[in-house]
Amino acid sequence: MSAHTYEESKTIARKTIIILGIVTIVEVLIALVGKGYMISGFVPYEWEIGSFPIGLAVMYIAMIALSLYKAILVIFEFMHMKYEVKSLVRSVLLPTTLLIWAIIAFFMEGNYWLNSREYIEQKNMEQVESDMQPIGEKVELESVEDAGH
Amino acid sequence: MSAETIEGQAVEEQSGSLWSGGKSPFKSSYGKLMMWYFLLSDAFTFAGFLIAYGTLRFSNVTWPVPDFVFSSFPFLEGTHYPLLFVSLMTFILLASSFTMIRAVQEGKEENKSGVVKWMIATIIGGAMFLGCQAWEWTTLIATEHMTVHTNPFGTHVESGVYLDDAHGHAYEAGAERESFEAGETYLIHKSHGEWINRRFEYTSGPAIGEVGQQSFGPKAFGALFFFITGFHGFHVLSGVIFLIIIAVNVASGLYVERRNGYEMVEKIGLYWHFVDLVWVFVFLVFYLL
Repeated sequence: MSAHTYEESKTIARKTIIILGIVTIVEVLIALVGKGYMISGFVPYEWEIGSFPIGLAVMYIAMIALSLYKAILVIFEFMHMKYEVKSLVRSVLLPTTLLIWAIIAFFMEGNYWLNSREYIEQKNMEQVESDMQPIGEKVELESVEDAGH
Repeated sequence: MSAETIEGQAVEEQSGSLWSGGKSPFKSSYGKLMMWYFLLSDAFTFAGFLIAYGTLRFSNVTWPVPDFVFSSFPFLEGTHYPLLFVSLMTFILLASSFTMIRAVQEGKEENKSGVVKWMIATIIGGAMFLGCQAWEWTTLIATEHMTVHTNPFGTHVESGVYLDDAHGHAYEAGAERESFEAGETYLIHKSHGEWINRRFEYTSGPAIGEVGQQSFGPKAFGALFFFITGFHGFHVLSGVIFLIIIAVNVASGLYVERRNGYEMVEKIGLYWHFVDLVWVFVFLVFYLL
């Protein structure tokens, strides 16, 4: 149970909603500025080091981190998880954490699908030289006997 | 029924009946704990959807750019305001989460009129969100012709110049031609039941100089969008319905005699915050990334 008085919890709720609002605005700004909508000529989205899209990676990590921060605020302040006993917190949050891992793992799986699809297409394009007789064509008896000796 | 929300002393009084074992697990009432576990199972369902989304998105070469797809705004047709409308939806839902927590706080104070007031505000917020989503879906379905199995939002893999204008007619000689860059998303328009796949000439990449034609985007986009935002919208709708039922019960004084600090309001509050929580992630993966 919350140890706060009525007035205190009111202040906490107000503070939390303001933080949530600001974080959302920051997220949208990252998405828009990053893709060059706000400042012309400033497009971090396309920045690269070698062939690694550094701008994109930083934007994605920042937005994911801010979203997780929002989720934690909602769970702990709005849903009062902060004031529950530890074992309840664990029983709910442990499976959730594993779920987040599952989502990330499947992102990688999707990336692997993409790569293998490209690999298969590339293999299909290759011209293969073969000594084998095409199936269905008549094979002369003599040559078969030759092969036998 | 538990009274742990008021004082520890109240728990003692009822200890014989609590969960029939004399002690309530996790010092929580049955209803609240089961709401937590229901939400956990619901999180698994949403995670399943998000896993499907992530896997399919990452396994496709291109994916529609969200700030092109979601850039329309009511009454401002033909203009592009990337992400503005969905940000508005996010703020509406966040605000309704705030009014919900205020209702729960008033409930702890056993202030009936306060609970009703803030719950009505929450219901209005939820209804506004649903209205926004209805408008968003209507635009996508009726104006942009996206369906569960057709995705008119394609993405260019190379840069090039269009050979046809927006109406699908070849440009006249000497006319200024529209060009595009790799990674730009386009919308294939539909006119009189016919799709207008504009032709273009590549100006970069291995097929430079060759003529190509706008093709449809990844098929899964439409299905994933409608199923995930639809499932979330369905949660909001059921939340609004339960909020109305509980608000009526509060107003009728049903929970006054329970003397448990309006625990029912707290439970629907948990559900409502969870809906907001899911939106945080839907907003992230569909609109921001």
